[in-house]
Amino acid sequence: MALFGAEIAAIFAPKKDGAFHLREFGALPVLMNGRVQPLDSVGMNSLRQIRSTSDVPLEFVTNKLNGVEEFPGWKFWHHPKKIKATEWLLELMFHPEDAAKRPIFLIHHPELLTELKLENSGVDNSGLRYYSYDELRPLIPEIMKQGAQAREVKEEQQRTPVQKQIIKLQNAMYIYQSLSIAICPPGWEDFAAELQNFEAAMPAGMEALQAKEAGKTYDEAAFEKLWEPITEFFTLAKDTGAGQYYPLVLPPSDPDKARDNWSNIGKGMLDSVREREIYAPIKSYAALASAYRHDKPDEFNRAVDEYKSWLGQKYQPELKKGRQEFFYNDTKVFLHAMIIYLFAFMLAGGSLLTLTLAPNLAESLRKSSFYLIMLAWLAHTFGLVFRMYLEGRPPVTNLYSSAIFIGWGAVILGMVLEKIYRVGIGNVVSTVAGFVTLLIAHNLSLGGDTMEMLRAVLDTNFWLATHVVIVTLGYASTFVAGLLAVIYIVLGVFTPLLSQKLTPGKKSNVEIGKTLGKMVYGIVCFATLFSFVGTVLGGIWADQSWGRFWGWDPKENGALIIVIWNAIILHARWGGMVKERGLMAMAVFGNIVTSFSWFGVNMLGIGLHSYGFMDAAFWWLLAFDFGMVFLILLALLPFRHWTSFKDKNVTVPPPSPRGTPSVVAAK
Amino acid sequence: MFQRVINFFTSMRLTVACLGLGLILIFVGTLAQVDQGLYGAQNRFFRSLLIYWSPSTGVKIPVFPGGYLVGTVLLINLLAAHAKRFTLSKKKIGIFITHAGLILLLAGQLATDLLSKESHMQLTEGEMKNYSEDFKENELVIIDTSDAQADHVYSIPEALLAKEPGFGGAKLPVTVMVKNYWPNADLFDEPPIKENIPKGALKTAANKGALHELMVLPQPKITVSEGRDLPAAVIEVSDSKSTLGTFLVYAGTNVRQKFKADGVTYEISLRFKRYYHPFSLTLLKATHEIYKGTDIPKNFASRVRIDNPAKGEARETVIYMNNPLRYSGLTFFQFQMAAGEMAEKAGQRPTSTLQVVRNPGWLTPYLACVMVAAGLIIQFMSHLIGFAMKRRTA
Repeated sequence: MALFGAEIAAIFAPKKDGAFHLREFGALPVLMNGRVQPLDSVGMNSLRQIRSTSDVPLEFVTNKLNGVEEFPGWKFWHHPKKIKATEWLLELMFHPEDAAKRPIFLIHHPELLTELKLENSGVDNSGLRYYSYDELRPLIPEIMKQGAQAREVKEEQQRTPVQKQIIKLQNAMYIYQSLSIAICPPGWEDFAAELQNFEAAMPAGMEALQAKEAGKTYDEAAFEKLWEPITEFFTLAKDTGAGQYYPLVLPPSDPDKARDNWSNIGKGMLDSVREREIYAPIKSYAALASAYRHDKPDEFNRAVDEYKSWLGQKYQPELKKGRQEFFYNDTKVFLHAMIIYLFAFMLAGGSLLTLTLAPNLAESLRKSSFYLIMLAWLAHTFGLVFRMYLEGRPPVTNLYSSAIFIGWGAVILGMVLEKIYRVGIGNVVSTVAGFVTLLIAHNLSLGGDTMEMLRAVLDTNFWLATHVVIVTLGYASTFVAGLLAVIYIVLGVFTPLLSQKLTPGKKSNVEIGKTLGKMVYGIVCFATLFSFVGTVLGGIWADQSWGRFWGWDPKENGALIIVIWNAIILHARWGGMVKERGLMAMAVFGNIVTSFSWFGVNMLGIGLHSYGFMDAAFWWLLAFDFGMVFLILLALLPFRHWTSFKDKNVTVPPPSPRGTPSVVAAK
Repeated sequence: MFQRVINFFTSMRLTVACLGLGLILIFVGTLAQVDQGLYGAQNRFFRSLLIYWSPSTGVKIPVFPGGYLVGTVLLINLLAAHAKRFTLSKKKIGIFITHAGLILLLAGQLATDLLSKESHMQLTEGEMKNYSEDFKENELVIIDTSDAQADHVYSIPEALLAKEPGFGGAKLPVTVMVKNYWPNADLFDEPPIKENIPKGALKTAANKGALHELMVLPQPKITVSEGRDLPAAVIEVSDSKSTLGTFLVYAGTNVRQKFKADGVTYEISLRFKRYYHPFSLTLLKATHEIYKGTDIPKNFASRVRIDNPAKGEARETVIYMNNPLRYSGLTFFQFQMAAGEMAEKAGQRPTSTLQVVRNPGWLTPYLACVMVAAGLIIQFMSHLIGFAMKRRTA
C-alpha cells in the first residue's frame, strides 16, 4: 500500500533534467491537429502511430533464436536504457543520422516481412519486429509501389490484412519523413550556420531580385544564392501535410489578429525575407538545433530559455498549455492506475478464495484491495479531470475518452457495492472494470492524438456534458451488471461461495448468491434509467442539429438496443419469467449488446457516428462475445453441476405449460 | 374468449416478446444498412408492417413483423395493461409516469412520421428566397409570368405524370400531354460521333425550347438516402386551338423554357417541388471555418435576414450547427455549405443550404424524456430507500 502511495507521490514530484534540458524543450508549444500542444505530445503521438509504444529502447541482447532482441521486460531488476518521445523527436529533427538507426517501425505481418525480405533483420520483442529507417530505406520504392496498389482498394473493409499493414507502414514512414523536416529545412545540416549564410546573403540577394524584376542588370550570383533556398521554402510553405503530419512550430507574428495562424518553417522563412529580418523563433530553433547536433548542452539550454522568454511576452497561454500537457503526458497516470488496479485485483481475488478457509486473512486482503482501488481511482480521477481541463471539455469526446470514463464510472459503482456489502465482490468489479477499460483506452491511444479537435456538429459542451456522459454511464452500468453476473456464474459453477452466508456470525443470513442477484437487479434499473435518458437526449441533440429526433443511425440503434435489452430484463423479472439465474444469463448477454453498441457499430463504417474505425479490435470483440456466450451456456447448466448448489436440495418443479425457465433453487 | 384476448394484450409476456422482436429487428436493420443503405433499410425494416423475403423475383413471403407492427402491438399492450391494472397508488406512481412518458414518446414519433415535412433551401450569398424545395419530390410547373407583382404557378406533382396521360381543363391555362416520362435520367448533348452515344440513350420527340435537342439516358432509381432521382419528361403543350410545341423538361437544370399562349408568356419546367412561405430569407454571409492545419470543420454559420412583409418584420440572425432558427412553425438547420477556402479556390460564390423542417410534434421527446426519467427515478429511489431502511434495521 505504502509502496504504491510512494509511487504515486513520485510521479507528481518535480523531476530534474539531464545535461540537455529535454523537459523544457518537450514542453515548448506548437500547433498540430488544429490545437496547441507541447512538442512532447507530437513526439508521443507520432511514435505511438509508428511504433505502438511511447519510448524507444536503446539496449538489446542477441539471442540465438530470434537474433537481436529487446532487453527482456521480465528482468525487472535491470532498467534497460530507453529514450522518451521528446528525445526521439529531437534526435529525428536535428540528428537524423542517429535517429535512422533506431528500431522504430513496427511490422508484424509475417507475409509482409517475407515479401520485403526482412525476416532475418530487425529487432524482436516477444514476436513483434521493429526496423530502423536505415533498414527500410532501400525498400522505399517497393513500399511505395505496394502501398499505392493497396490503396486502389477504396473500401477500407475490403483491404486484406497485408494491404492494411503496408498502408500503415507507408503512413508511418511519411510521418517520420515529415517530422524530420518539421523545423530544420531539408538539406540544412547545420541549421544555425546555414541560417547565418542565408541572412548574410539576404541584402545583396534582395537588391538583385528587385533589379531583376525591374528589368535592370543584376548580380546573378547574389540572386541565385538567395533564390535557390527560397524556391525550397515556397514548396515547403505550400505543403498540405503541414499541421497534420508534422507540427507548425512558428507562432503567429500577430497573435491579436489570428491566434491559430501558426506556420511551418517554409512559410516563416518567406515571411522573414519579406520583412527583411529573420523571425525570432526561427533563430532560436536554429540555435538549439545546432547546439544539439554539436553536443553543446549549455548552448542548447540557453537557446531554449531564450525562446521561452520570447514566448513569454505574447504567448503566455500557449506556453502554459505546453507546460501543463507535458506534465500530464509525463505522469502517465493511467498506466500507473492500471498497474494498481491489477494488484488490487489479485488481492480481491485472494480475499474471495480465502473467504471460508481464513476469514481474517480474507478480510485484511479485502480491505487492502479496497484501499488500493481508492488510490488507483484517485489517480484515474486526476487523469480524467486534468484531461478535461486541458481540452476545456466534458469528459467524453471520443472513443478513447469514453473508455476512460466508462472505467471510471464502473469503478465507482464497484466501490459503492463494496461499501454496502463488504464481501469483496465490489472490489473484483472495480479492479476488472478499471484495468480492462484502461487497457482498451491504451490500445485506442495508438491511433494518434487522443485530444483531437471536435468537428463542428460535436462542438457543444452542453450536449457532450449531458447526452454523452449519461449514455456512457448507461454503458458503464450495463457492463457492471454483466460483470457481476459473470462473477455469479463463475463463483457458482466453480466454487461453493454463492451459498455462503454474507456475514458469517452476524444476524443477517443472506447468501452471497442472493446478494449478487439484488446487486444485478439494482444496477440494471440504473442502467435502464441512464441508457434511456441518454438515448433520448441524443435524439433531442440530433433534433437540434439535424432537425430529426430519430434517424435509425447505427449508433442510435445501438443505444436503443441497450435500452430495450435492459427493459426486457426488468419486465422478464417482474413478470416472473426469469429468476435469479435467468437474470444473470440475461445480464451477461447485456455485455454482448453493450459491446456491440460501443464498438461493433463503429466497425460497420457507416452513419454519422462512425468516428472511430478499428480493425484488430474486431477480433477482440468477437472473442469477447464468444466468451460471453460460453458463460451464458455455463449458466444454463443444471444446478447439480454448480459447485455452489450441488450439496443442496434442488427441487425441479414440473415444467410450466408455456415452457418458461422454471428451475428454481430451493431455500 | 374475450377474456383471453384481454389477457393476451395485457400480459407482460407480450411486452417481453415485442421488445425482443424489436431488438432483433433493430439489430438486423442496422446490419442491413451496410448493403441497403440507411434509407432502404429504414423503409424495409422499420417503416413497414411485415418484412418480406423474396427467394426469387415476384415471390414475397412475410418472414418477420416490421417496425410498425411491433410498435403498434407494443403500444396496444402498454395502453391495455395500464387501463386494466391502473390504480393510483404511491407505490405505482413511478411506473405509471414512466409508461405515460413512453406512450407520449411513441405517439409523438408517430405524429412526426405522419405530419413532419422536410425540405431544403439553397442560397448563394446575397440571394433571397421565399420557398424551400423538397428532398425527393418534383413537380411539373407552368408559370404565368405576366403579373409584375407575383408569378402564378400551376403545379402538377411528379407522381401524377407517371399515371395520367394528360392534364387540362379549367384549372390549367393550357392542355399538357405527357409523351414520355423517366423517373431518373441523364441529359447530354448528342455527340458528333455515333459510336460515342451511350447504350440506351435516345432522342425525344421534343421540338421546342432550350433542351429539345438533348439526348436522354434513362437511369435506374437511386436507393441510397443521400441521392435523389432527377426525372425527365416530354410534354406536349397545346391551347384551345393548336399545339404550341413539345418540350423536354428535366429536374436537373434551371434552364427556363418559355412559350406563348393567348398572348401570355408562360414558363414550363420540371423542378424540385417547392413550398412557398409567407416570408423570405436572404443569405448575407456563409462562413465555413476549419481548424488550422487540418480538414476538420470548426464552424458552419449562415447569417440571414428574415423579411416578413405581413408582420413588417426585417431582422438578421445567425444559423449554425446545433443552433437552428425556429420561425413561424418551421425550423431552419445549417445543412450543407460550400464556402470558405475550398469554395474560393474553386472560384465559386459561397452557398449555404438550410434544411427546413415542419414538425408539429417536435416538443414531445423533450416532455417524454423528463417524464420517463422522473418516473424511473421515483420508482428506483423508492426501492433504494426501502432497501436501505431494511438494511439499517437488519
